[in-house]
Amino acid sequence: MLGITRRRVLQSGGAAGLMLLPGGAARAAPAWSGPAPEAGASIRVLRWKQFIQAEFDAFVANTKKFSDQTGVKVRVDAESWDDIRPKSAVAANVGAGPDIIMGTLDDPFKFPDKLLDLTDLAEYLGAASGGWYPVARKYGVHDKKWISLPQGATGGCLNYRISTMRAAGFDEFPKDTAGYLKLCQGLKKAGKPPGFALGHATGDANGWTQWCLWAFGGKTVDNNNNVVIDSPETVAALEYAKQLYQTYIDGVLSWLDPSNNKAFLADQISLTFNGISIYTVAKNSPDPALNAIAADMDHANMPIGPIGRPTEQQNILSTYAYAYTKYPNAVREYLRFMWEKPQIDYWETQSNGYIAPPLPAWNDNPVWTADPKVTPFRDVLKFALDDGYSGGLGSASAAVMGDFVVVDMFAEACTGNKSPKDAAHDAAERVKRYYSA
Amino acid sequence: MAANAPAYRDSRTIPARRQRALRLLDDRNVLGFLLILPAVAFLLIFLAYPLGLGFWLGMTDAKIGESGRFIGFGNFVSLAHDSVFWLVVFNTVLYTVVASALKFGLGLYLALLLNRRLPFKAFIRAIVLLPFVTPTVLSAIAFWWIYDPQFSIISWSLIKLGLIDKYIDFLGSPWNARWSVIAANVWRGIPFVAITLLAGLQTISPSLYEAATLDGAGAWQRFRFVTLPMLSPIIAVVMTFSVLLTFTDFQLIYAITRGGPINATHLMATLSYERAITGGRLGEGAAIADAMVPFLLAAILFSYFGLQRRRWQQGSRD
Repeated sequence: MLGITRRRVLQSGGAAGLMLLPGGAARAAPAWSGPAPEAGASIRVLRWKQFIQAEFDAFVANTKKFSDQTGVKVRVDAESWDDIRPKSAVAANVGAGPDIIMGTLDDPFKFPDKLLDLTDLAEYLGAASGGWYPVARKYGVHDKKWISLPQGATGGCLNYRISTMRAAGFDEFPKDTAGYLKLCQGLKKAGKPPGFALGHATGDANGWTQWCLWAFGGKTVDNNNNVVIDSPETVAALEYAKQLYQTYIDGVLSWLDPSNNKAFLADQISLTFNGISIYTVAKNSPDPALNAIAADMDHANMPIGPIGRPTEQQNILSTYAYAYTKYPNAVREYLRFMWEKPQIDYWETQSNGYIAPPLPAWNDNPVWTADPKVTPFRDVLKFALDDGYSGGLGSASAAVMGDFVVVDMFAEACTGNKSPKDAAHDAAERVKRYYSA
Repeated sequence: MAANAPAYRDSRTIPARRQRALRLLDDRNVLGFLLILPAVAFLLIFLAYPLGLGFWLGMTDAKIGESGRFIGFGNFVSLAHDSVFWLVVFNTVLYTVVASALKFGLGLYLALLLNRRLPFKAFIRAIVLLPFVTPTVLSAIAFWWIYDPQFSIISWSLIKLGLIDKYIDFLGSPWNARWSVIAANVWRGIPFVAITLLAGLQTISPSLYEAATLDGAGAWQRFRFVTLPMLSPIIAVVMTFSVLLTFTDFQLIYAITRGGPINATHLMATLSYERAITGGRLGEGAAIADAMVPFLLAAILFSYFGLQRRRWQQGSRD
């Protein structure tokens, strides 16, 4: 077996690597100089279960291409996100299992010492593609070392009905929270209200409540992981959400992730937070009523709050490899191959823009612009913050999200179950349990 | 011929050690022990060991990816200060008590009805069993639709009948949600109680009823002094199982509400899963599961003492 040698990100001076920048300066494109895969290498990949078959097929086709080129055997298994979490932990604990896992969010930060160092590869990919988005870097780096390669995000955007927005007196979607509240009030008056999940909906409820908390300057913990959620900023966010809640359709307190899809497609709501799935279903349906909804809907990124910058929360996909792998070179080479632009372009095209890019250089894929209604999903990682912002990622941030602390705080305040001040105070007590442990 | 001589061996030719072993096998106690050894090993490996491991895990601060260290009762002390935990204990007890009582009352009523001479008796009994044989997740998803705030068939029907003018928010407020999940659990649990009690009813000799009737007993007295005492051992067993299954319910809640809204339907089993697997705090999740044990033990003791009432049945005092 080949020994693991230090890989370097080379700045090649060759003509093939020259890239002229807009400013006229010539910068050398980096070249990958990692060692070749070990002879007879065979690796196992456990990835998230596909929602779009064409996406999975493209992933498998890319993998086969890699195997054909290198002779490395790759077995790909797929499991649901919820199942990958415990399996990744067991693999870390027992030191055996898949070589590579493609999971979600902060999972790799629960066992950073068990993971293969991907620093050189990640820095190479970043340099080759104009740098990672800051939030992607946050999800990749632990203690100055890359332990995970961000794969992108199953992006969430505001899905809205154009006609109802116009009926509410808006020609274009508002960009700030003040205008957004007015729009929601107008939509309710127009007879087709907004609907945002406030039940234990992992993606949808966390998505809009975290955005709202951050938009007003609230956060669960500060940079040093001190609990700061009990703050005037949080109370302001809750007061604002309370006004939003009054415009929502009845029953959102019990909504789980699929609920808003159903309500939007049944023409009952005109605004919600969701991935691209509503649009895809409506557009591809044989039902003309759903086609009409697709024609009358569009997407927008979350509005900007008093804090003055975007504060989205997104479901980020993280890929990591275990240090126990017998074939670290094959693993790195496989990941490099799969993250290279030709493979990514093919995969994104087949997925119809399902995964928002973690690297801005991937944005030029025509899939993002062929249908302008898809474009907002392209940019979600540009606007996203990390879970547990602005503290570190790890088991505490994962536990706070897993326990729906922020969602419950919003639900309590919105329904009047508790005053915003009490809801923020009680949430702080819950968050402290995780960060003090 | 020597080749055709009987193949038995004189006991004197068997080595002394083997003779001792054979004598031991003749001992009923030793043989009995050896025969139950596989069963004991099975129980130890597959029941006692995971249970012990669960208790041990509850006393550590293990997280996903970290084996953790022993912290004694640290998790329990921490949970004692957690308002969500106490809300969940309240939810679980309420869910178990109300659902079990309803399942018993309705199940017994159904069993008494099914015990009568009915046309299509076998067919009706098969139908009664349907909720029990339907996979829980499937029935939970059905209830999720039935309780949907926008698409509920119940609300739709009531609106069409002109009885209400707005969809019922079954799961959108804490108390509505609690009663709704209890109703789903009762629907699912009644067949088990009814069919088991029906089996018990059919073991009661008709001569007892005849004797009671001759003594002038009315319908209520026959039920109170014949049916109920004869049925009490079965009731004890079926209700123990029913209480255990209700207390540890997970699937219905997870599929219908995931513990929401605002943790109003979270049960100890769902909270344990959420903290251990979703939140990654294995030690705390195990501690929540451990905290269920006293309640479950109480249910088992109820069964134990309930079964003792057999003496009462046979004419002696309790």
